[in-house]
Amino acid sequence: METKKYSAQDFKSDQAVRWCPGCGDYAILNSIQKAMAELGVSPDKTAVISGIGCSSRFPYYVNTYGMHTVHGRAAAIATGVKTANPDLTVWQITGDGDCLAIGGNHFIHALRRNIDINIVLFNNEIYGLTKGQYSPTSRRGFISKSSPYGTVEDPFRPAELTFGARGNFFARALDVDLKTTEEVLIQAARHKGTSVVEALVNCVIFNDGTHKAISDKDVRADRTIILKHGEPMIYGKNHDKGLIIDGFNLKSVKIGENGITEKDILIHDAKCQDCTLHFKLGTMSGDLPVAFGVIRDVDAPTYEEAVKEQISEVQAKHPTRKLEDFLRTLETWEIK
Amino acid sequence: MADTAKITSLEKVVVRFSGDSGDGMQLTGSLFSNLSAISGNEISTFPDYPAEIRAPHGTLGGVSGYQVHVGSKKIYTPGDLADILIAMNPAALKVNKKHIKSNAIIIIDEDSFDESGYSKAGYKTDNPIEELDLRSAQIISAPISTMVKASLADSEMDLKSILRCKNMFSLGLLCWLFNIPVDNAMHLLKNKFKKRPAILAANLKVLVDGFNYGSNTHASVSTYRVDAIDKPKGTYTDVKGNQATAWGLIAASEKSGLPLFLGSYPITPATEILQELSARKDLGVKTVQAEDEIAGVCTAIGASFAGNLAATSTSGPGLALKSEAINLAIMAELPLVIIDVMRGGPSTGLPTKTEQTDLIQALYGRSGESPCVVVAASTPANCFDYAFIASKLAVEHMTPAILLTDAFLANGSSAWRIPNMDEYPAIEPPFVNESMQSYWKPYFRNPENGSRYWAIPGTKGFAHRVGGLEKDSKTGAISTDPNNHQLMVNLRQAKIDAIADEIPELEVQGNPDSDLLVVGWGGTFGHLYSAVEELNAEGKKVALAHFNYINPLPKNTAEVLTKYKKIVVCELNNGQFAGYLRAKVDGIVPLKYNKIEGQPFMVQELIDHFKTLLDA
Repeated sequence: METKKYSAQDFKSDQAVRWCPGCGDYAILNSIQKAMAELGVSPDKTAVISGIGCSSRFPYYVNTYGMHTVHGRAAAIATGVKTANPDLTVWQITGDGDCLAIGGNHFIHALRRNIDINIVLFNNEIYGLTKGQYSPTSRRGFISKSSPYGTVEDPFRPAELTFGARGNFFARALDVDLKTTEEVLIQAARHKGTSVVEALVNCVIFNDGTHKAISDKDVRADRTIILKHGEPMIYGKNHDKGLIIDGFNLKSVKIGENGITEKDILIHDAKCQDCTLHFKLGTMSGDLPVAFGVIRDVDAPTYEEAVKEQISEVQAKHPTRKLEDFLRTLETWEIK
Repeated sequence: MADTAKITSLEKVVVRFSGDSGDGMQLTGSLFSNLSAISGNEISTFPDYPAEIRAPHGTLGGVSGYQVHVGSKKIYTPGDLADILIAMNPAALKVNKKHIKSNAIIIIDEDSFDESGYSKAGYKTDNPIEELDLRSAQIISAPISTMVKASLADSEMDLKSILRCKNMFSLGLLCWLFNIPVDNAMHLLKNKFKKRPAILAANLKVLVDGFNYGSNTHASVSTYRVDAIDKPKGTYTDVKGNQATAWGLIAASEKSGLPLFLGSYPITPATEILQELSARKDLGVKTVQAEDEIAGVCTAIGASFAGNLAATSTSGPGLALKSEAINLAIMAELPLVIIDVMRGGPSTGLPTKTEQTDLIQALYGRSGESPCVVVAASTPANCFDYAFIASKLAVEHMTPAILLTDAFLANGSSAWRIPNMDEYPAIEPPFVNESMQSYWKPYFRNPENGSRYWAIPGTKGFAHRVGGLEKDSKTGAISTDPNNHQLMVNLRQAKIDAIADEIPELEVQGNPDSDLLVVGWGGTFGHLYSAVEELNAEGKKVALAHFNYINPLPKNTAEVLTKYKKIVVCELNNGQFAGYLRAKVDGIVPLKYNKIEGQPFMVQELIDHFKTLLDA
C-alpha cells in the first residue's frame, strides 16, 4: 500500500483555470483536490473523466490521468475505464445538461450497474458554455435565451433520479460551503459503487444567484440542513429546528415548542437499505430545509468486481487455457 | 440395408433446407454441412432466415432457409441455385422456387401438403407442382410427419415434441442420398444432445428411420457421392464469420498481451460477436452489454484509455450512432476496433440481409477531417485474420480501425483449419518507457510511423490529459492556434497514410494478362472469384483485383488499376467503392456492376455480365 502523503498541490496541473471569475466551479475544484490529497491515492492511479460543458473542462486542471470526452458520455467512458482496470480510482465530472439531458441514459445505467465511480454533478441549472439556455434542472417557468416566455417543463431532481435508478450513494454539496463539500467528496470516493455528489454551483454570468435563496449567509442556516449519519436532524441558526415524521411526510419542528424535545428528532440513517426516507430527505424544499451532506450510503456489490470475479471463477476451471486450446474443444475433424 | 441403387459422383452440389422458422432447418443444414466437412468435402453455407422470430405457421413470411454448397474441389460460395431442396411445407416450396434449378431433386413432407397448407401459402390450386411449374424436378414425396409420429408413438413425448423431430428424418434421408455413414450423423447428435437423453434417443431413432426409408424405398433413382478434397493437414472446424471475428480479437489480445474488452449493444446481424465473446470468460474476455450503441463504443474507449485491447461490434445503424465517439478516439489517438457487420439499409432496412452499403459511412461518416483505418474481410474464415489485422493496426498506430464484414460473411460458414498462433505476427503496443519521462508529452510521436505513444493510467510519472479538443502538437495543451490545427490535421492523416507501407500489395488473380479487370472488396470475393475462375476455364481472359485494405489502399493500387483497359467494380451498393477509387486514383473511369437486393451476387449473373463486357 502507498504510504506517501499528498497535498492538494500534488493534484494541481500546470494549466491555467479558465472558468469565469466568481464561478462556483472553482470551489469544487479546490475541494476535490483537497479530497484527493486526503484520500491518498496517487495521481498516477487516478483517472478523471468528463463530458462536455463548463465543468467538464475540469480534467485539464488536475494532475492525474484524465480524459475530456464526448457530450453526455462520460459515465459510459468512466464505466469502461473502471471495468478495464478496477485498481484505478475513477472520478466523473459532469454538469446538469451533460449528465441529465444528453447523458441521462448513461447516468441511470451507471447507477443501475453500481460501477465504482465517483460522479460529481455540477448543478447550476443553466447551460453556460452555450451561453444561457435552460437545463433539465431549471425550474418550471424559468426564463432563459431558449425559453424567453418561461419553460413549460418540470425539472429533474437529481436525488430522485438517483434513487429511481437504484443508486446507493447520494450526497449534496454547496459551492460556498467548502468544509461540507470536501467531507462529502471524501465519503463519496470511499463508497464502493456509484456515488453521486450533486454540487450546487453558481453561474455568475448566466444564472447568477440561482441558489441564493438557500446559499446566502444570512438565510443558509435556516433553509438548509447538513445531514450526518447517526446524528439528529437538527438545523437552524440557533440549532433549535429539527425534522420529525408526521404521517407519511417529514415535518420541520421547533425544539422546545409543543412539547418537542431533541429526543423526538429523527436520527439520520444513511445506511438504511430502504430509500424511502432518503427520497424524502433528498427532495426537501419550500417549508423544509434543503438537505446537504451524505443522504444515502448503502453497500452493494459493484459491477467491476462482479465482472472480475466471474472471469476468475471460470478461469479457475481452465487455468492455462489459450485460444488454441479452446478451439480444439469445438467439434473438429482431422485431415491427415 | 443393402443398396443397389446407382451412385453418381458429383464435383459439387448445392442443398437447400427450407421450412417454417420453427422446423429446425438451420440445425439440419448445419449438421449436414458438418457431416460433409467431416467426410473431407469443401463446404460453404449460408442461412436465409426471416426477420420475424416466429411468423405464423405455414405462411410465406415464416419460411427459413439454409443453403450448403458441398464440393470435391475448392468452392468459394454457398452456390447460386440449389440441386436439392428439402421443403417441409407448401410455403417453403413456393418461396424457394426461385432458388432451385429446374431439374432439382425436391424432398417434401407430403403430410403438410394439404388444403390448409396450400391455403396458408396462398396457392390457387391443390397441385403445387403444376402451379409452380416444377414438372422437370424429381419429387421425393415422403409422409414424414406420419412416419415420425408412428416411430415415436411409444415415446413419452407429446405430439408437438414428436413433430419437432421431423428435421432429423430429412437429415437421415439425405445421409442415404449422399452415401454418408449414418453413424457419423449419430455421433454428431450424441454430442449435440449430450445433456438431454430423451431428446437424443428420439432424434437418433428418427434419423435412422429417415435413412432406412430412403434405402428401402429407393426414394431416388440415383444416390450421390462427393469425393473428399485434398486439403492441408490439420485440425478443422466449421466456422461462421461472426465467430471468426470474435476469435480473431482474442488472438490479437493474446499476441499483444493486452486484455480484451468488448463494449456492445445487441444488433442484427452482429449480436453473435457479443454473445461469443461473453462466453469466453475462460480466456479472460471482459464484455459490457451497454445501454445503447453509444455506450458500447464509449465503454470501449474508456477501456482503451485504461490499456485494454478495446472493441465494439455493431451494424450500420449502430455505426451511425457511434460516429461522434469514434471521432474522440481519432482525436485522442487511442486504439479502438469497430466491427460493422453490414446489413440492408438505410434505417432499419433489411436487418437480416446482406449489403455493402456502409463503405462511405465507415470512411467518411464523421465530422471534421477524421481519417481512420478501414479493412474488410472477404470470407467467413478470414474474418479471423482481418479482426486480428484491424487490432494490430489499431494498437500499433494508435488509431480506431473499422472492420467491415456483412450479414453474408457473418452467418455463412466454411471449414477452417485451427491456426497455430505462432504463424501470426507479434503485436507490439507502443507503450511509453521510463527513459521518455523527461521529455514525453501526450502527442509526442514515433518519427517512423507518426504514431503517438501510449501511457496507460497506473504508469508512474506519465499522468496526462487527452480529449476531443484540438491539442498543441508539442505541449499537448488545448490549442486553437490556426497553424497548429492545420499541422495536427496533417499529422493525423499522415499517420494513417503511413500504414500503406505495412500492408500487403494488391494481388491480381485470375488471368492478369487480360483486357478486363474485375474489382471487388469484402464479402463478394467468393462470387467474383468463382465467376472469374469459370470464365478463365472457358478460355476467356479475365483478371480480378479484390481489396481487403480500404483505407489506406495498398500502395500499388494505382499501378494495378491503370494497367487495364476496362475495369468493372462490382459491389452490393450503388457504386461506393468505385467512387472512392476514382477519388484516389487519377484518371480511371471504372464501369460499375451493382446490386442492392439484400442478397449476395449470383455467380451466373456475374459470368453473364462479364461476357457482355468482354464482347463489347
